[in-house]
Amino acid sequence: MTGPAITEQVGTGTARGVGSSPARPDGVLKVTGQFAYGSDLWMDGMLWGVTLRSPHPHAVIGSIDISAALATPGVHAVLTHADVPGRNLVGLEHADQPVLAESVVRYQGEPVALVAADHPEIARRAAGRIVVDYQVLSPVSDPRTALDAAPLHPGGNLVRRVKIRKGDPAPVADVVVRGEYRVGMQDQAFLGPESGLAIPDGEGGVDLHVATQWLHVDQQQVCTALGLTPDRVRLTLAGVGGAFGGREDLSMHVHGCLLALHTGKPIKMVYSREESFFGHVHRHPAWLQYEYGADSSGALVYARGEICLDGGAYASSTGAVVANAATMGLGPYDIPNVHVDCYGVYTTNPPCGAMRGFGAVQAAFAYEAMMDKLADALQMDPVALRIRNAMSEGSRVPTGQLVDSAAPVAELIGRVRDLPQPPAPPTAGPVDLRQLPGGVGNTTHGEGVRRGVGYAVAYKNVAFSEGFDDHSTARVRLEVAGGTPIVTVHTAAAEVGQGLVTVQQQICRTELGVDTVLVHPADTTVGSAGSTSASRQTYVTGGAVQHVCALVRARVLELTAALPDLPGTPVGLRDGAVVDADGAALIDLAELLGDQAVERTDEWRHRRTYPIDPETGQGDAHVQYSFSAHRAVVDVDVELGLVKVIELACAQDVGRAMNPDAVLGQIQGGSTQGMGLALMEEIQVVDGKIVNPSFTDYLIPTILDTPPMPIQVLENPDPHAPFGLRGVGEAPTVSSGPAVLAAIRAACGHDLTRVPVRPQDIIG
Amino acid sequence: MRVELTVNGEPLLADDVWEGESLLYLLRERLGLPGSKNACEQGECGSCTVYLDGVTVCACLVAAGQAAGRQVVTVEGLTDRMTEPAALHPIQQAFLDAGAVQCGFCTPGLLVATHDLLARLPAPTDEQVRESLAGNLCRCTGYEKILDAVRLAAGRLAADASGGHGRNAAGPKPGDQR
Repeated sequence: MTGPAITEQVGTGTARGVGSSPARPDGVLKVTGQFAYGSDLWMDGMLWGVTLRSPHPHAVIGSIDISAALATPGVHAVLTHADVPGRNLVGLEHADQPVLAESVVRYQGEPVALVAADHPEIARRAAGRIVVDYQVLSPVSDPRTALDAAPLHPGGNLVRRVKIRKGDPAPVADVVVRGEYRVGMQDQAFLGPESGLAIPDGEGGVDLHVATQWLHVDQQQVCTALGLTPDRVRLTLAGVGGAFGGREDLSMHVHGCLLALHTGKPIKMVYSREESFFGHVHRHPAWLQYEYGADSSGALVYARGEICLDGGAYASSTGAVVANAATMGLGPYDIPNVHVDCYGVYTTNPPCGAMRGFGAVQAAFAYEAMMDKLADALQMDPVALRIRNAMSEGSRVPTGQLVDSAAPVAELIGRVRDLPQPPAPPTAGPVDLRQLPGGVGNTTHGEGVRRGVGYAVAYKNVAFSEGFDDHSTARVRLEVAGGTPIVTVHTAAAEVGQGLVTVQQQICRTELGVDTVLVHPADTTVGSAGSTSASRQTYVTGGAVQHVCALVRARVLELTAALPDLPGTPVGLRDGAVVDADGAALIDLAELLGDQAVERTDEWRHRRTYPIDPETGQGDAHVQYSFSAHRAVVDVDVELGLVKVIELACAQDVGRAMNPDAVLGQIQGGSTQGMGLALMEEIQVVDGKIVNPSFTDYLIPTILDTPPMPIQVLENPDPHAPFGLRGVGEAPTVSSGPAVLAAIRAACGHDLTRVPVRPQDIIG
Repeated sequence: MRVELTVNGEPLLADDVWEGESLLYLLRERLGLPGSKNACEQGECGSCTVYLDGVTVCACLVAAGQAAGRQVVTVEGLTDRMTEPAALHPIQQAFLDAGAVQCGFCTPGLLVATHDLLARLPAPTDEQVRESLAGNLCRCTGYEKILDAVRLAAGRLAADASGGHGRNAAGPKPGDQR
């Protein structure tokens, strides 16, 4: 870790606080198999719920006959839209998706009916006995013509269009390059399937334990669908096996609660892997047309981009993804003249929404390809061209917003360029097949293999944008148990694997000087923490925890100051004691508090953002940017079109490495997901139907596919953020894939325009 | 049907097992051992890796009835809970120390697969580790810290072995009667 240190508040802290990498509180449970994920929950007398889904991407429902299913021994309930007591429409940004389809289905896999039974196989077989009369309609499969198709929703097929206009509308440049790119549909492929347990309370309410990313937005939607007030619908976070955006929308939430309230019994629902491919939103496929102009020195003169995103059947977060793809659409460069159009549409394809990188990922494949094309046309080094145009502190992004904290774009890409290169591919002698393209498939011993090196740099907005009230809530309690001060921190923030529970403990230790910190289970008995997405939780919930710790500390200092005969002035807490400005202990917390607890609860907000102008896209839309750069080194079998990534180096500015090990874990994991999109990950949709809904046919990188990842972490603090931190999780997913594509282009010489790249594209 | 088998050294039985159930379902839903994970249930992800008579298998691909009368060891059995309820196996500790656990859903399968790898190859090269663990998908870590964990565990087990304890590198052979 490099960069300037941040001085802690005088007289505050303890070991295992901010900046260290202590053991995660759920770690022992996870390595012993005792951590309770959503799919592990169990209750006496519970039933299994399953979902009947539409086999058609687009159809009118004539009738639904549940009689045979209901008559199946072991079946307790069969429910349809007629059994939804509240409003039969849910959705993250727009309530446009039925809980259970009524008269029409708009995608393959849309939920139509529910079954509860004693055994999951009985439920599945009973679901197969539900007779649905479908009148099949033509799918609306191509988002580029969807605006001309018959409307799929009352407001038409446009979900959102964002325009960004800056500078001269008719700029002239010495050198102009153009490109068209296509990015496929990526799946989050979290390993823990959608799952949860809904428990009726016997009084018309329900407790839902579910693997999710945002308990309170779930609660609102469940309440709306059930026609219940929030006090009757209580959510608790079950163990989450990864998320990556795919759990921001509802999955089994309402369905499980409906069955529980109907049967009066606990309902467990667990999706199979195949159902999971239909049970959550995916990364939007994108069609991108770009044109860049530069002067002969390599200075960018203008950039134009048109981006079409396939939102699929329901809006989910498409509106926000459109805004992100537009505002992040040209990369971290200074460009005087900008013209961007980005739009997202309804089709009858699988619904698309949040996935790590959220619109920035798709655009980066295009803008980084354009930078390489421009470098080629200018006969410039691609890194030099990027450094020549790199955004920096004081720059204005295409939406006019000032970059008012560190933006070390040039340094990041320079750092990955300057790392030692991995050894050259073997040219003679015995070879290890595992180090070659094709691996133990034994497709080459080095013949036809060419080395390529590629670079990319990217940025990603952190937290929610465009004026959203993006707050979090924390409750912090300090008390003494068994003579030891103990802090309990309670938020509704979803731990999905990233290590937020550890960071919450670290912040409490640093702020309150107490080593023992318990993390209360996340639930809706405390206020909203907002979503575990947009790289925002360490920033926003971390900010809330820091803020509420300060309130608790202030009260403790107040109590201390009221004591007679103090040898000094109390200013902070350290190592279980109140200390003065020199760090000298004035009184132990155990002695001070006795049986008294100090508890505070409050909300915390990051600095305000604003909407963007609908015609020009101008506005201070974003909170913070996260920057990363990658260098990919690949060996490509240019005869067979096979790729081996040899090394994937990354440099990222994290502002402050709150937990250095977790920072590396985010960079490594995020880089790997971006690489997966570049090389292999695509949900293939033909006429609205997914043809590869399994881990046999939808491939994610294995340990054999994933290269060593040298990492440089910079810590340039953001003065606007808690601890100076920058959200970490997404930027590496944005820049890694474009670097891999650039490296393959360098090796094979072809203008690869399709992501993921296929062998036939590489052969050319 | 009734299925009787030995899991983690303990004789267990389950009644009313449907013939179509997998060993994974039997463990998770009937025997109270949810540690083996249900990530794909089609043998692609390795999250349900267990020992069956000392050989690693995907429990999702084994019919419950096929396990009758046999020895199963799951992640819950990597340490002897009867004698050392709080102890972690050195491989479990290494995964924690190396930061190889994020969401943790792949972890139980990777622990069993690593246990098997280090029993066969106490000092594997990185390429051998990659080849041996290629059947275990992880979506969070990018595998770097999993490699670190395996290296750390191998080193610690070797140090333990050379320290005169005289035990097999990866501890008692899985599936042995305890």
